[in-house]
Amino acid sequence: MQGSLEVNNPIQLTAQKASRFKLSSSMKRNVMGYLFLSPFLILFIVFTVIPVVQSVYLSFTYYNMLQPAKWIGLSNYSVLFLEDDIFIKSLKNTFVFAVIAGPLSYCLSFMLAWVINSLRARMLFSLAFYVPSITSGIALSIVWLYIFSGDRYGLLNNLMLSWGMISEPILWTTDPDTIMPVIIIVSLWMSMGTGFLVFLAGLQNVSPELYEAGSIDGITSKFQELWYITLPLMKPQLLFGAVNSIVAAFGVFDIAVALAGMPSPNYAGHTIISHLFDYAFIRFELGYASAIAVFLFFVTLGLGRIVMRLLSSKDQ
Amino acid sequence: MTISYAKFAARFSRGLLYLFMIALVGFTALPIIYMVSTAFKPLDELFLYPPRFLVHRPTMRNFFDLLTATDSSVVPFSRYIFNSVFVSSAIVGISLVVCSLGAYVLSKLKPPGARFIFAVILSALMFAPQVTQIPTYLIVSGLGLVNTYWALILPKVAVAFNIFLMKQFFDQIPDALIEAAHIDGASEWTIFWKVIMAVSKPAWATLIIFSFIGNWNDYFSALVFTTSETMKTLPLAIQTLAGGPGVVARSGALAAGTFLVTLPPIVIFLLFQKLVMNTMVYSGIKS
Repeated sequence: MQGSLEVNNPIQLTAQKASRFKLSSSMKRNVMGYLFLSPFLILFIVFTVIPVVQSVYLSFTYYNMLQPAKWIGLSNYSVLFLEDDIFIKSLKNTFVFAVIAGPLSYCLSFMLAWVINSLRARMLFSLAFYVPSITSGIALSIVWLYIFSGDRYGLLNNLMLSWGMISEPILWTTDPDTIMPVIIIVSLWMSMGTGFLVFLAGLQNVSPELYEAGSIDGITSKFQELWYITLPLMKPQLLFGAVNSIVAAFGVFDIAVALAGMPSPNYAGHTIISHLFDYAFIRFELGYASAIAVFLFFVTLGLGRIVMRLLSSKDQ
Repeated sequence: MTISYAKFAARFSRGLLYLFMIALVGFTALPIIYMVSTAFKPLDELFLYPPRFLVHRPTMRNFFDLLTATDSSVVPFSRYIFNSVFVSSAIVGISLVVCSLGAYVLSKLKPPGARFIFAVILSALMFAPQVTQIPTYLIVSGLGLVNTYWALILPKVAVAFNIFLMKQFFDQIPDALIEAAHIDGASEWTIFWKVIMAVSKPAWATLIIFSFIGNWNDYFSALVFTTSETMKTLPLAIQTLAGGPGVVARSGALAAGTFLVTLPPIVIFLLFQKLVMNTMVYSGIKS
């Protein structure tokens, strides 16, 4: 009854027409949207989303690629944490690496960006610190292996011998005690990467008027400026850098392998990814390797979420 | 008097800062300088004791050795160079189009579900790609792509980082620009190409650089997805040169190879440096 009234009203009729037109045009926009999104979405689902889901499934199975996957429940995980000493060792190595190299490279790249931002020849300095991160770790490891070579010919041993600091050459990359420090040093050298650039860009974007306003409000030292003005403004960049360095720290693999070999002496340079690679592509125990992958996935995702919460909660 | 002393002190500490930074640059540059100089060392200088840091009589011989006389292996070194150039360029080109299109939708068209999709992409930023390597390998081999260029290209196209970068940049393009184009009767496709992509040159320059450098240096994918010698990319080939038999004899060629691998990323970064800095400003994560 009401409906017939509405239809008879010419004004409402045009309004309805307009809204129908609007609806169909927004639908057309949505269809266009999904169409444009589909190439990305299909590839993203096939090569990122499905692999994550499949990893989780495989981690509950025994799978060697020859026979179909067999469901074995949680036993991969119990073996991983309770019986696999080498995994515990790789876990320890990775955490040592992540705890030292992660925050250190993060702070170092921020401090360097901060200092460079106040210097002349900014571009030259930033290039000088950025270049190590874009060289191939694998290729440059040849240079590092020469520097840390264990005989008297190695650059570092040679220098230390001639300066009388040591009496015998140190076996940098074969002595379990020095493998991890060497990996950390080389990684730090390469770590002024994306995060460093983001910081640099963020710093350049802080408008100088804010510092002037700050000086009127009683900010006197450079460090006060940094703490009260620069850092709060750079939260998005700091967050991006933090996520980046977490992923990089837990994903350490190729430098470790290139420097210490696989397996490394006494597993001193063994990382979670090395262990994953060992079981996945050398022993073909894909179920077990998937359990390692899933564990790593949740560690990095969890840490990423924590960092995101820490750095964004103060905003509101 | 006191003022000029303060001025002097400020200048002095500033000078010290410059000195310190230059020293630091010198220190970080050492391995690269060594790498470059070794690539040009003649045979006798390569095996000097004590080792010599800088080359005295530079020669191009190592490069000729590398490119022409890799007789011990079946595949000429130029094949690895071609593989690396082809795979990296293909990934960069396809990824640029695919991720920009997707980012445009997520940033401007916002169909239902866009927020959810973006949240998933953000999470994907937070784990190392190696985590999904096993199922990715299973999928690649299931599709019958092992030892093809597709295996090296397809999985690297829809990268969370790339679409994230483009979306953050598109977010700050005013909507009025798009509306104006709409009123002029432009289709979504025209708007994307002629308006959005035209004003986003810094963003796609950044994507090109990061994507190229990352894939050029990528070692893991080629290691996992290829088994044949002809499909190897440069980082893998270098690794073989370094670890294979006759290491000592080939160390000149190895140094030259390292130099060749390292050069393209540096050149590309130098070319696009200014544009990159303009984009990185927008790449923060806002939540």
